[in-house]
Amino acid sequence: MAMAWIWTGMIAASVAYGLFNGTIGAVGNAAMEGAAAAVELCLSMAGIMCLWSGVMAVMKASGLMDGLSRLFRPVLTRLLPAACKDPDTLSALSGNVSANLLGLGNAATPLGIQAARRMAKGCGGTASNELCTLVVLNTASIQLLPTTVAGVRAALGSASAFDIVPAVWMASVLSVAAGLLAAKVLGWLWKR
Amino acid sequence: MDYSAYLVPLLLAFTAMFGLWKRVNVYDALSLGAKEGLDTLLGILPNLVGLMTAVYMLRASGLMEVLGGLVGPALAKLGIPPETAAMLFIRPVSGSGALAIGSELMAAHGPDSYVGRVAAVMLGSTETTFYTIAVYFGSAGIRKTRYAIPAALIADLTGFMAAALAVRVMFGAG
Repeated sequence: MAMAWIWTGMIAASVAYGLFNGTIGAVGNAAMEGAAAAVELCLSMAGIMCLWSGVMAVMKASGLMDGLSRLFRPVLTRLLPAACKDPDTLSALSGNVSANLLGLGNAATPLGIQAARRMAKGCGGTASNELCTLVVLNTASIQLLPTTVAGVRAALGSASAFDIVPAVWMASVLSVAAGLLAAKVLGWLWKR
Repeated sequence: MDYSAYLVPLLLAFTAMFGLWKRVNVYDALSLGAKEGLDTLLGILPNLVGLMTAVYMLRASGLMEVLGGLVGPALAKLGIPPETAAMLFIRPVSGSGALAIGSELMAAHGPDSYVGRVAAVMLGSTETTFYTIAVYFGSAGIRKTRYAIPAALIADLTGFMAAALAVRVMFGAG
């Protein structure tokens, strides 16, 4: 429902400001252009999106996701010590993180939810510190290959669509670090 | 030196050979995955039609510039280009909305421009925070979210600042 309000607000605001600003003619044209641009964009990035989803699926089938999961277990045991005492929660958590890294959203979310459900047992509807940390980990995206964005860039004629990858890694790492630090500090300050 | 020029072909070759070595039917897995990619795209497309219409209308009315002018100076202090103002606000709420604004920015400024790159890195390094929180806490039956939202928003803001910083460091602010 939130999106209904946001979308209507965007349309109403542009019409109101267009009338006030004398740009209403351009607003009308832009509506048509925007809809056409959306379809054009999707069509021209379809190839790249499909190719990389395919590549990620091959990686998953080759056991790369399990390998990544094993790699992340020690880190997760440090971040979420109580939750990781339960081996099933740990395996859901590490699967969640490695699926996120590979950009497999369809695989990451169910695993993350499974972990969150197990961790929420006995919390009585209040988020524990570790649940907050899990959510922060998932709201700060860490993706090895930002394929959707690269697809958009390629569709718009970028000379090298993937040249932003190191910048994305740097921004992701800083963002996750800030989120985890904030969770740690707020967890200290916040009363239950 | 553009090392990303090696990334794509080497990664493709590595994935194919590693998969075959692990006795995976690489070709079948690839086409199954490609179909999933198409499903994702089909899920985005109807949203983008609505949202890009709204974003193009906002831009044409001149309101987008007004917003940029209002919060621009504050963003500039954080090193964030003011053109991305609208995207920052919609990013935690709607992934498709942010993609709509981001791709409009990349189209208007060029995908290899400073603003275009910053928009791309911001999209690639942040998530749809409120949606994610709703999904996780909703399915776990959590009603009191405590500090999860502020902590996640701090991560988002850091991501935005770091995106602009990373692009400045790696590509210059040209």
